[in-house]
Amino acid sequence: MSILVNSETRLLVQGITGKEGSFHAKRCREYGTNLVAGVTPGKGGEVFDNSVPVFNSVDDAVSKTGANFSLIFVPAPFAADAILEAVEAGVKTIACITEGIPVSDTVRVTHFIKGKDVVLLGPNCPGAISPGEKCKVGIMPGYIHKPGKVGVVSRSGTLTYEAVGQLTGIGIGQSTCVGIGGDPVSGTTFVDILQMFDSDPETESVVMIGEIGGTREQEAAEYIKNDFSKQVAALIVGKSAPPGRRMGHAGAIITGRAARADEKIKALEDAGASIVPSPSEIGTTVQKMID
Amino acid sequence: MKLHEYQAKDMLSKGGIKVPEGQVAYTAEEAYRVASQLGVGSVVKAQVHAGGRGKSGGIKLARNASEVREVADLLLGTRLVTPQTGEEGVPVSSVLVEEALDISQELYLGIVVDGSLGGDVVMASVSGGMDVEEVAESTPEKLYKLPIDPMIGFQPFQARRLAYLMGLTPNLIREFTSLMINLHKIFSENDCSLVEINPLIVTSDERLLAGDAKIGLDDDALYRHPDLLALNDSEQEEPLESDARKFGISYIRLDGDVGCLVNGAGLAMATMDITRSAGAGPANFLDVGGSADENKVAEAVKIILSDSSVKTVLVNIFGGILRCDVVARGMILGVEELPHINVPIVVRMLGTNAEEGRDILSRSELNVTLVDDMAQAAEAIKSTKYSKSSG
Repeated sequence: MSILVNSETRLLVQGITGKEGSFHAKRCREYGTNLVAGVTPGKGGEVFDNSVPVFNSVDDAVSKTGANFSLIFVPAPFAADAILEAVEAGVKTIACITEGIPVSDTVRVTHFIKGKDVVLLGPNCPGAISPGEKCKVGIMPGYIHKPGKVGVVSRSGTLTYEAVGQLTGIGIGQSTCVGIGGDPVSGTTFVDILQMFDSDPETESVVMIGEIGGTREQEAAEYIKNDFSKQVAALIVGKSAPPGRRMGHAGAIITGRAARADEKIKALEDAGASIVPSPSEIGTTVQKMID
Repeated sequence: MKLHEYQAKDMLSKGGIKVPEGQVAYTAEEAYRVASQLGVGSVVKAQVHAGGRGKSGGIKLARNASEVREVADLLLGTRLVTPQTGEEGVPVSSVLVEEALDISQELYLGIVVDGSLGGDVVMASVSGGMDVEEVAESTPEKLYKLPIDPMIGFQPFQARRLAYLMGLTPNLIREFTSLMINLHKIFSENDCSLVEINPLIVTSDERLLAGDAKIGLDDDALYRHPDLLALNDSEQEEPLESDARKFGISYIRLDGDVGCLVNGAGLAMATMDITRSAGAGPANFLDVGGSADENKVAEAVKIILSDSSVKTVLVNIFGGILRCDVVARGMILGVEELPHINVPIVVRMLGTNAEEGRDILSRSELNVTLVDDMAQAAEAIKSTKYSKSSG
């Protein structure tokens, strides 16, 4: 199976006629993803890439094409509205690539979907890819991936590619790779994705990539310790960032020490995760762990 | 974006929160005039974007207007060094002259966005006037936190709860409740990332006033607050950081000597860690962004090389949207504009058009060492360091 994206995915791209949206919609399609619709208000009736219908609203797109996943490239000032439109149209899985969305907008959106049967990846995330299912829903370079049994979950985009590059380089394939987003508030947590990996028979072990700030990694450690049945390798970046200079003090003030790399590493180590000692050793650490 | 104390107090005052009588002054004469109007006993506070001013001589008491003039004269035009600034300090271009208050108690109030809770959180403590991070660490039980529901906002009962937890006298409960409601309204309406009143002063005649105010604004929301954008004081920023911001480059200056040019914040932090593991230190955090073009890369290179402490540059690019050939051309453009600087550049490129990028660089005049992975990058950093110290 894999998680989130697979051969059953019927992809809709919001913002499909924009520069980024059209570029990546084509790349997803080339990889094998079933792109069924696009939405750009005012461009309804156009055809994208020779055969993909463009609609004025998500509601129209869903009812006419049965789209079940929305990938969002809408500019930051309008992105929250785009996510809410997708939720209201009944789309159950959404990935928002847009970066720079005001935090208060994301707070409203994530609050709105709480308790609903909706998964929101991001904002400010690379999306998700399941190489074995030939399904790519996001901006990651497809060719670095290889079908396999390791799940990857990360807060960062390019660092996810780094992890995948190292894994593929030594012959280790991936079940699904997921970016949950780099913003202080996001729709999905490490725990949410770990739970999905736990019940996915395709996934045998997981690489988790965290960073300084917030306490999401500690929550993941708690979950891994008590409920996760598979092996985890964990990398935390930002060890060398001086504590006085944080990249946004919001979460850090409230959590104090917990936001630091060493505290996160300790929590994950206590939970039984294999700690990746340096960003250049992601592949080798996983290799050792699964051997 | 950060506001100065006087700007923050202006925002609080407009939002219905009481602040001490006072006014900002840009010259010693102006300070004298403000103090004369206030009457006896004033506080003179250096207006800088850094905390820890009290301990560093940035806040002074004066008995009369002449003393205010003397103190203002001493502070204005200097650079204030506090535990939160670098050694260079930050420029003092204005002072806030305020009435001295008769203080009976100092409280702490703050509102931030908490990522784990996915919403705003109010913090309050009776340990006002202290560094809140110190309070959180040493006596966490004295820091009360209440999450705010994004749909219904901050409620009066929550304010009363905080008031009783802090043991405020019954006379103050109503005033405190309205202050808290106003404070959260200010936080929401202006898209703040942080609002702090530390201390919130309880005067001996039982009034509540914001003794100090710190406000941070969500940069991503500034597009809908053009009036607030005008309050930005770029003089307070590290000049290279302010240059970087103009080009949409995320850059933070650090104290090492290896300049880092990376795409993606996570990979940028990983690259800093690699530098550290090679026994060197990163000179900066730099994320050039996913949609960079040649000019933006050139600007990034120029910013890195303008830092005179940079002895080596490490370029780590995992091309996705950003193509490696674009990065290579941008690097050449940037280096060409600074011909007097010749530091070794270690380059690791992977992903979209990596071969082309590497090819462009190896055929260029640049002093580059091409490596294949991050472990090799660390080795190359070590050896450039070694060759410098031995040669």
